Amino acid sequence: MAYRPRIGLEVHAQLLTESKMFCGCSTAFGETGNTQCCPVCAGIPGTLPVANRKAIELVIKTGLALDCRVAERCRFARKNYFYPDMPKNYQISQYEEPLTFGGHIDVVLDGEIAPIRIRRVHLEEDTGKNFHLPDGTSLVEYNRAGVPLMEIVTEPDFTSPEQVRAYLTSLRELLRYLDVSNANMEEGAMRCEPTVDLIDDETGDHTERVEIKNLASIRGVHEALVYEVRRQRQCLAEGKPVRQETRRWSVEKHETQVMRSKESAEDYMYFPDPDLVPMAPSSDWVEAIRTTLPELPRTRRARFTEEYGLSEYDAEVLTGSKATADYFEALAALCRDPKQASNWVMGDLMRLLNAGGLSIAQSPLPPRRIAELVELVESGRITTKMAKTVFDRMFETGQSAEAIIAGQGLGVVGSEDELGPIIDQAIAANPAAAADYAAGKQKAKGRLVGEVMRATKGQADPALVNELIDRRLAGSA
Amino acid sequence: MALHELTAHELADLLARKEVSSVEATESQFARIEAIEEQVDAYLLLTKELALEQARRVDQARARGEALPPLAGVPYALKDVICSNGVRTTCGSRILADFVPPYDATVVERCRQAGLPLLGKTNMDEFAMGSSTENSAFKVTRNPWDLERIPGGSSGGSAAAVAADEAFLALGTDTGGSIRQPASVCGIVGLKPTYGRVSRYGLVAYASSLDQIGPLTKDVRDCALLLQVIAGTDPRDSTAADLPVADYVGSLTGDPRGLRAGVVKELMGEGTEPGVRECVEEAIDVLSGLGVECEEADLPHCEYALPVYYIIAPAECSSNLARYDGVRYGHRTDGPVDDYEDMFAKTRAEGFGPEVRLRITKGTYVLSKGYYDAYYLKALKVRTLIRRDFDRAFERFDLLLSPTSPTVAFRIGERVDDPLAMKMADICTIPVNLAGIPALSVPCGYSDGLPVGLQMMGRPFAEETLLRVGYAYEQQAGFVGAKPPLG
Repeated sequence: MAYRPRIGLEVHAQLLTESKMFCGCSTAFGETGNTQCCPVCAGIPGTLPVANRKAIELVIKTGLALDCRVAERCRFARKNYFYPDMPKNYQISQYEEPLTFGGHIDVVLDGEIAPIRIRRVHLEEDTGKNFHLPDGTSLVEYNRAGVPLMEIVTEPDFTSPEQVRAYLTSLRELLRYLDVSNANMEEGAMRCEPTVDLIDDETGDHTERVEIKNLASIRGVHEALVYEVRRQRQCLAEGKPVRQETRRWSVEKHETQVMRSKESAEDYMYFPDPDLVPMAPSSDWVEAIRTTLPELPRTRRARFTEEYGLSEYDAEVLTGSKATADYFEALAALCRDPKQASNWVMGDLMRLLNAGGLSIAQSPLPPRRIAELVELVESGRITTKMAKTVFDRMFETGQSAEAIIAGQGLGVVGSEDELGPIIDQAIAANPAAAADYAAGKQKAKGRLVGEVMRATKGQADPALVNELIDRRLAGSA
Repeated sequence: MALHELTAHELADLLARKEVSSVEATESQFARIEAIEEQVDAYLLLTKELALEQARRVDQARARGEALPPLAGVPYALKDVICSNGVRTTCGSRILADFVPPYDATVVERCRQAGLPLLGKTNMDEFAMGSSTENSAFKVTRNPWDLERIPGGSSGGSAAAVAADEAFLALGTDTGGSIRQPASVCGIVGLKPTYGRVSRYGLVAYASSLDQIGPLTKDVRDCALLLQVIAGTDPRDSTAADLPVADYVGSLTGDPRGLRAGVVKELMGEGTEPGVRECVEEAIDVLSGLGVECEEADLPHCEYALPVYYIIAPAECSSNLARYDGVRYGHRTDGPVDDYEDMFAKTRAEGFGPEVRLRITKGTYVLSKGYYDAYYLKALKVRTLIRRDFDRAFERFDLLLSPTSPTVAFRIGERVDDPLAMKMADICTIPVNLAGIPALSVPCGYSDGLPVGLQMMGRPFAEETLLRVGYAYEQQAGFVGAKPPLG
């Protein structure tokens, strides 16, 4: 009997809207508790929800990016249960009629493509937060209550924790590319609840499904799944039953633990919310949203390797964020050689941005400035080595390359007339090296070149220096 | 005639001509309340200072020569299920005994902008669940026509206040008949607008797909005037219809000639008291005399309306009332609790009355796994059939007629132990809420000295037609203006 893991995933992502799902309160992170709530999201008697159109748009956008169908008509439903962080003791969500459904995403792992079916992507509201004090009092905070949440549910198509990890990484990247969520698990903007059992494909036998909660990072998800799969295998081996339950991942103990669970599964008594009218997104609107879809990461990566001749690794790095990819393409458009663009972006630009804690959107250098620098190097005005110094200074001051070079006299000491005497001097100062090179010892040339570079404070064009040395010494062989 | 005996439009005329001030009218109203309230007990809270302050402002505006809305300066009463900013709102329940809303309902905002001073909050069945106002956690309101009898429910306080001249106008709410039935048994006019005609923002929800706010008034003209103030779309209520508001007062032409009325066979059945039947049949004669063609209408699915209502309303209510857990507002249990579940359970057991607990339990049951399809889903389907009956009827008729209530006011305590009998009080009104259509109740006579009401039902958003016919009937039949024999 060969049991293999069977995993399904539920991901909740907070949507990047300005206001909450059913009221006008701000979704911005609020320092002080209970300042970003109103009678509606606090569940004061008599209030009513009004749907946030932007949130609906973002879910449709995500659904389209995941190849889903958009419902012609759908409704919000009430999910009824009691909990202190629930202002109405029901959550407005979707049940039988999700906004989008029936899509898929390809997960790439070790060069293999695994298609994962997306069952649905729907819309709901977030709850408030509970805080428990040591003396047994509890506090409830509603700034988060009502923030729009997108729920992405897969079919149980995952066969390994590694696949899940790859999926979450791709999904997070996609959500950021689409600008629908910042998908940061550590901040709670993306939450993940896997459900896992072990199944024998031949016989169809399987263990009970276990849901895992309290996962705060992608790595945590992977670790928890590895643990749980192992735990279930162990149960099978020992002939112990796996119970259908919800287990909590303990970061401290690195294990899943039984949550204080009930005998029977919770009955949420879903019914269509009578306070909200059905949604029927017009095909015109859906198509308009489709046109706002950016080129998706995988497609862009493929295009980068093809169109720009970049390596897969480079393409991967440059498409790491939509902003980086956009920047690179803008720069590549201004350069003759896309490799120049990729080198500068991946090398010096990224280095300085990271050192300054800046995102590429905050770069003091627009692509045009780097393009100018590249042009200067290509035309021989400055050396490659000098260009690095100039770049650093450009980044620091925001000045153009031209201005910096002029200001600091960093131009290439380049003409033959200028270099001639310096080279003669170097040869005169190193007669042994000169003789060795003339006799055919290539290595000796380096000594002479180095001397010239030192004398010109690195501003001589190495290629020209080499050529001039050759001309002077070649003849004396 | 004493000031408090006037209709709202009569008072409005006097105010416009500056023969009387709003402050005077308001003070006169409170004097009447002071004299009579002990007998009627219509109000849970009086807001005299606030009302006088609002009245003063209207008087000052008028003195400055500002153009004022038609009802400016005419004070009104508000059913205690509607949120008033800074003014206690209990919904007739212990669980909200000290609840002070931090905002105004849309209708309250509109009344304020129209210059109506607020007299106070009226008594009601707890959370609008009931047909007699006996389910109020605080007290029983008495019918001004016979103080041993119920004023109807759940807007019994509002109806009694208007009938006893303790308010020129009142707002109530209607989910299964709670405006019309009290209006009927108290001998006044009551209108349930089309679902979506009036914003529900600020109306503490009982059954979201059925609730509507509407006027209770001394005559049809007042009803039209008040409806004009509160009707209209509202961005805060997704179910409020985005349709233009008609000229309701303009529709009071007094001429209903050519309209076709259908008398609903199923609502004139066995349970109708002979005295009620007589009054309604006489009313039909009056209408015929006015040029309205009256025939029999057949709405076969009406017999299922009561059971359908008692599945849908409790279901929605069980969800709407889940929020009362003592965490943010309202009553919270004092005693020691084990955990949040314990706190919620004790709070709700202490705060909710028996009828509310019963409907929450029923609602939870019909929504639960295994029963949802058989009950809730089925009820929704039958609701569609009932609605289709009305659609079909309105192809033949411009309005439908029936008694508002099959009986006159029953005695206080008489049906408390007979829930089925209690619920039968709404048998004529409930189908209307299920279909979402508007309906008007006008006084049409007396049986054993107690008021009888005639119900007129109309097409969606055709309140004008109802008001037009209602007005013509009222002027012809002559029951308008009758006062109960109160001391």
